[in-house]
Amino acid sequence: MSVMSKIKETIICLKAGRVTLPYPADPQPVPPAFRGRPIFDATKCIGCGGCASNCPAREILVLDICQEIRILKYLGRRCAYCGRCADVCPEKAITMSKEFENATDSIGDIGQRLELFMSTCQRCGRCFTEKSPLEQLKMKGYRFDDIQNDRWIFRSRGYLGDEPVTDDIRIEMD
Amino acid sequence: MLKNLCKKMFGRSLWVYHANSGGCNGCDIEVLNVLTPYYDVERFGIKLVGSPRHADVMLCQGPAMRSTAKALLRAYEAMPAPKLVFAIGSCACGGGIWHDTYSVIGPVEKILPVNYYIPGCPPRPEAIIYGVAVALGLAGKKTAPAGFKQPEFAIPIYHEGEVKKDGKE
Repeated sequence: MSVMSKIKETIICLKAGRVTLPYPADPQPVPPAFRGRPIFDATKCIGCGGCASNCPAREILVLDICQEIRILKYLGRRCAYCGRCADVCPEKAITMSKEFENATDSIGDIGQRLELFMSTCQRCGRCFTEKSPLEQLKMKGYRFDDIQNDRWIFRSRGYLGDEPVTDDIRIEMD
Repeated sequence: MLKNLCKKMFGRSLWVYHANSGGCNGCDIEVLNVLTPYYDVERFGIKLVGSPRHADVMLCQGPAMRSTAKALLRAYEAMPAPKLVFAIGSCACGGGIWHDTYSVIGPVEKILPVNYYIPGCPPRPEAIIYGVAVALGLAGKKTAPAGFKQPEFAIPIYHEGEVKKDGKE
């Protein structure tokens, strides 16, 4: 009886074949919805600090070192990869990448540090964040009012006429 | 240097001891997952042992807690001399989400000297194998500190000391 069961077990094992992953030699794909290390895009970041106030582990630190420069530091060491920073980011500057091989011998390797230039209010002197590139255009005093026709042009589309510049951006006209 | 030392000291098999000092059990399950035949780590000679006296490597999961820090330190001291400590998971690496509460002291590196960090909540079994491969010198580490700096302006800085301290890290 025991011999028979051993033979049965052998047949089952032979049917199954080799199941062990050849992992460190071959790369292993991750599932499509996998959230890995967040990557901060400094060119898109407007420095609003929404990721810092929404992080459950409170590990995105913000420091205004002077009037114009804000430092945004992502430690990465106690990140739970929940993706709330990427959710809340208004400019989609944070993407959850597929990187999971973050093993390291010094913990500083996982961090990211952004130094952002912020604009200053001409009246009160505080830093403020512009909402979008178009808002930046408005706030910076870059204006192109129609002097010949005595017309105040509020947004850039007013200048260009009724045709939209691009399909993906919708600009309201006042 | 640490890698060469590892190769020299742990030339044959690593026997690991698995210490949870107050984690949520997620990282424990991933570590046990690594030991299954699917992610077979016994091909690297890694074996789970029940006592720290037999172990070369300590796998720490969970933050150092007020109640378990002393026991963790005793387990570390019981290990024979060439020993490595792996911090697995974001709790062990940085204290986790509750890093500043009453019962949590912080990351395990406040109690023990940690050699390798494997962040993740929990880390994938592949990530743990990758960390062990980095420690054994089979693979190179892929992470590097990323920084972005906009062009220097001649602007007076409020807290100069903090910036210097920050930049060093």
